[in-house]
Amino acid sequence: MDINDLRSLFTVLAFIAFIGIVWWAYSDRRKKTYDEAAMLPLDDDSQLVPPPPQVTENQKRKSS
Amino acid sequence: MQSQATYNYKVVRQFAVMTVIWGIVGMLVGVIIAAQLVWPELNVHEWLSYGRLRPLHTNAVIFAFGGCALFATSYFAVQRTSHVPLFAPGLAAFTFWGWQLVIVLAAVSLPLGMTQGKEYAELEWPIDILITLVWVSYAVVFFGTIAKRKVSHIYVANWFFGGFILTVAVLHLVNSAAVPVTLFKSYSAYAGVQDAMVQWWYGHNAVGFFLTAGFLGMMYYFVPKQAGRPIYSYRLSVVHFWALVFTYMWAGPHHLHYTALPDWTQSVGMVFSLILLAPSWGGMINGIMTLSGAWHKLRDDPILKFMITSLSFYGMSTFEGPMMSIKTVNALSHYTDWTVGHVHSGALGWVAMISIGSIYYLLPRLFGRPEMHSKKLIEVHFWVATIGVVLYIASMWIAGVMQGLMWRATNPDGTLTYSFVESVKATYPFWTIRLLGGLLFLSGMFIMAYNMFLTMASGKAVDAPVLEPAAAH
Repeated sequence: MDINDLRSLFTVLAFIAFIGIVWWAYSDRRKKTYDEAAMLPLDDDSQLVPPPPQVTENQKRKSS
Repeated sequence: MQSQATYNYKVVRQFAVMTVIWGIVGMLVGVIIAAQLVWPELNVHEWLSYGRLRPLHTNAVIFAFGGCALFATSYFAVQRTSHVPLFAPGLAAFTFWGWQLVIVLAAVSLPLGMTQGKEYAELEWPIDILITLVWVSYAVVFFGTIAKRKVSHIYVANWFFGGFILTVAVLHLVNSAAVPVTLFKSYSAYAGVQDAMVQWWYGHNAVGFFLTAGFLGMMYYFVPKQAGRPIYSYRLSVVHFWALVFTYMWAGPHHLHYTALPDWTQSVGMVFSLILLAPSWGGMINGIMTLSGAWHKLRDDPILKFMITSLSFYGMSTFEGPMMSIKTVNALSHYTDWTVGHVHSGALGWVAMISIGSIYYLLPRLFGRPEMHSKKLIEVHFWVATIGVVLYIASMWIAGVMQGLMWRATNPDGTLTYSFVESVKATYPFWTIRLLGGLLFLSGMFIMAYNMFLTMASGKAVDAPVLEPAAAH
């Protein structure tokens, strides 16, 4: 077996690994995780202009 | 009141503002060299000659404009999707000042004629070392932030940004290996065809990872944000990432068709370039279909127009690229202006437009404004830029195919029908149209800068508080 057989083998293994990734990504088990992950950028919305500091119940009691 | 931790927006602000400034500088140099092709008298001094300014243009638009855009957007996205401020803020500040120093050194050394002569890797060895230091710091800040994230999943945009950072580090280290002779001169560690192959392995992956994977990270964060909808298919995005990573690495030899590179290597490069169509279009469809069911948003949101148009250009140039990598097509296209047109379809249409859209998204948020100073001016910018790109690439297509056909034309007795200079003469009108397209794109950047400064003037720097992750995660 010369070095070129090893190179061919590596290509085949890389291809199998890739098919594995596709199969894994589309398996039903991953669906819930991915649905949640897709919301990651959208769940973090803060207002453009930060709101003025809120007076909490605690502070109100102190000041009265 | 308890003082709340905030995201590190300072470094994002710095990089975002410099993106616009370096965009103007880099594109201005591009317009100058385009004018020099039309009016060769403009080569007034050796420092300002075409051969010296051309690498300055490519370095400025790729690494100064594109680089600052990538730093700004990746630092923003990784903090917000990880729900933690940046790791090692001091190192993050170093990446900003270090990167600016690299850019200034490039702007001085390239016109002076100091170069390693490798495309997109021209900078001499002392600057290469500085780039390495900045890049390692970038990796530490980025992956450090991911390591201390508050959510278990690493969002797909961060995978793309991470892949880009890691690969560019490897590419830069391998291709820049050189033997220094003096402070300003070094010679490549490789020789002959191996040197050429290492260079284009680097060169094409600079396109594949710096100019593609990084900007896809931008796409996966900012398109859903601006559209207010999650990415069309998260599964597709995972497959997209791995498919891109598996294939891009092998496409470089298509830059060396019909050279001393062994034939089988050229064929491998061609086949992998053709395979690349699949992940590229998968990604493009994923981005565009994010708007599925909300197409009306495109009508009155110029930022979204920038983003979706950029994806259309991404689709066009990633179809064109594999086609041009086919040996028989390459026999016509190589060394002609078709290649230049292809590069700019990707660079102006895809890379610049997704960056511009993302920076328009960022600026109001970084300066505490509800939106950019003028939405109307974003709309104007969009149309000026789009017309500019179309003029640019259409003229270069025609010029390139014409040059290719003229160079290969032979008389019945086997002599060449045209001398080289005849093809140069025939190209003048198209170079003029290209100059016009470039000028339009550059003027769009001036409109953006004006809009940016007015937004900054009416707002003030704000750092948003760190948010707790949503309960579901």
